[in-house]
Amino acid sequence: MRRTSWQEYQKDIADDKYYYARSCIRQNFFPGSEKAFLDIMHNDLGIDIFDDPLHTSCTGIGYHSDIVPLETIMTVVARQFSLMADAGYEHFISSCITSFGIYNEILSTWEEFPETEERTRRYLKEATGRELVKPRSIAHTSDIMFHHRHAIARKAKRQLRNAFTGEPLRVVEHIGCHYAKIFPKSGIGGSEFPYVLAGMIEAWGGEVVDYPERRHCCGFGFRNYLVQANRGYSIANSHKKLESMAPYRPDFIVANCPGCAMFLDKWQYAIAEMEGTVYGADGHGIPVLTYEEMAGLVLGYDPWELGMQMHQVDVEPLLDKMGIEYDREAKYLGKNGKYIGKPDIAAVNCEEARSIYEIKR
Amino acid sequence: MAKRVVIVGGGAAGMQTALELKSRGIEPIIIERDMDLGGKVRDWHKLFPSFTPASDVLQPIIDKVRSSRIRCLLGQEVKTFAEDGVILRSEEHVPADAVVIATGFSLFDAHRKQEYGYGLYHNVITSVDLERMMNNGRVMLADGTEPRRIAILHCVGSRDEKVCQKHCSKVCCITGVKQAIELKQMFPTADVFNFYMDIRMFGPGYEELYREAQQRYNIHFVRGRISEAAQTINDRIQIKAEDTLTGRPLRMSVDMLVLLVGMSANRDNEALAAASNLSLAPNGYFQTKDSFLGAVQSERPGIFYAGAATAPKSLADTLAEASMTASAVERYLRDKYNNR
Repeated sequence: MRRTSWQEYQKDIADDKYYYARSCIRQNFFPGSEKAFLDIMHNDLGIDIFDDPLHTSCTGIGYHSDIVPLETIMTVVARQFSLMADAGYEHFISSCITSFGIYNEILSTWEEFPETEERTRRYLKEATGRELVKPRSIAHTSDIMFHHRHAIARKAKRQLRNAFTGEPLRVVEHIGCHYAKIFPKSGIGGSEFPYVLAGMIEAWGGEVVDYPERRHCCGFGFRNYLVQANRGYSIANSHKKLESMAPYRPDFIVANCPGCAMFLDKWQYAIAEMEGTVYGADGHGIPVLTYEEMAGLVLGYDPWELGMQMHQVDVEPLLDKMGIEYDREAKYLGKNGKYIGKPDIAAVNCEEARSIYEIKR
Repeated sequence: MAKRVVIVGGGAAGMQTALELKSRGIEPIIIERDMDLGGKVRDWHKLFPSFTPASDVLQPIIDKVRSSRIRCLLGQEVKTFAEDGVILRSEEHVPADAVVIATGFSLFDAHRKQEYGYGLYHNVITSVDLERMMNNGRVMLADGTEPRRIAILHCVGSRDEKVCQKHCSKVCCITGVKQAIELKQMFPTADVFNFYMDIRMFGPGYEELYREAQQRYNIHFVRGRISEAAQTINDRIQIKAEDTLTGRPLRMSVDMLVLLVGMSANRDNEALAAASNLSLAPNGYFQTKDSFLGAVQSERPGIFYAGAATAPKSLADTLAEASMTASAVERYLRDKYNNR
């Protein structure tokens, strides 16, 4: 693919000393990913990153659902920045794409309308006694991983290649809408040809799949999903993307947004149950990874340590393809070997389907 | 001794102004950045609305400039304009009694509208690429086959605040109609779609051609802009748009997407204007003294404009304006030297 236009969209990313803001969704659905990010930064790259227990949700989901007013979210965000300054950091990094969009939107609002910043300063002071200190830089955690992709490549235990054929794995990259569609200059590669995930894939030996619906939203869209009556619209978006990417026979999908990773994964289950359609090879689904999981596999992390048992679509076919050794029996053993429960067998998974709807495969 | 006028730009506007001045007994000198005369029209195959070959219009003008022994400084760029001449990039001063700025326009760079994938997808081309293909004698897809379904997108780099091109480029609508007909003549069984936001058929014969395109050639016109283009697995182009007349989203695959690129102000207008104490309009083109009674005059006496240096214009308008500019220059020189 001749994509070079991403080089026109660059931003300054700090090399070290990050203040880490977690994601509400990811902590619930991909808890291993955030831990993997911290481990990779700390242990593999020796980077100073601060995981502050005092910070809170950015309230972005509430904001996008018209529950949290703008003034409130601006004050919450101001508090996060204030905590960062207290901890002695200047570079704010966000694990969540929604939050990343929120932080950019609010910083931009303060810049465009200084009176809103003054008002937020006042509210923050009144509510918490804190002073607002704006970050020197703001980045999404996928930006940070992208920034260090060559360092990770140097420490890689394996590449994104088929261990049997040596061919690069074909990877669909999906960028969350709020990464660069709101502010194209806030993302590496802009909004049309974002390179943040593509850069990692290429640096680690994989091949990026370009397909017609590459830029299309995954369908999360907050109200598309949160309002139950709109969920058909949500799944229709994922369906459109999966139909479009399937002919390219991708080995896996990687996403940098909590909602995208979740919906592209779980809607595959719903589509398989509803229609009997699966999009991956051998009658299975297409595994959906977070970029931390992708980096973790490259660095030799154990897939269950990365939390990949939390996926709806089984990742074993991908692990086998990459030649990764893992303990099949340990999949549902949590920390300290405690059994964490096992999901029902479904059409989208590797084991024989036994859905309650008796879907034909 | 004949008065001398420097004309900056050797395209249609500059050459026609030079010929008009010459016929009035004034000595013109053309300074052209390229190594050839002719400007952008050189790339054009046929002209709207009559389908006259562009060379039938341009070549006689070039031949006449040559046979009239009008002095042409080719491959030279101007740094500053003044009423007593121009200074070239080489710092050479070319003295004159008046100056005509006929520097034309730039084509909008379609790469800037990244969502259409120009330069990335094989069969996304611009209207200028299409004219060049027609000049080369064959329109085809990247794999050498004939297109069966073609979309033409209007207003690429025109009336688009996102790329700071707020103005209408004026000629693209009729160019889209002309090119659609040409494509249909070449490929009668192909489906040709024009995606537009407004159809502005302001010139003589334009509206008639628009109607003919629909009635005789069965060319489809869809009121809606394409939001994005992407390549499919079989090298077709998937486009998405909204048909705003039916209020429905639309998605289709085409073999070829033609982007009707607009006319932009030259990038160096800003530096030239600053160095020469001239004003620019908000769209970056040179600002004329007055829209009605000073449409070819600058704010500085002795400096005049011709053609698309001041706004997007058709070739017909440009050639007509050249006469107007020559008359204004002649009047200026007569007043200036009679008063001494």
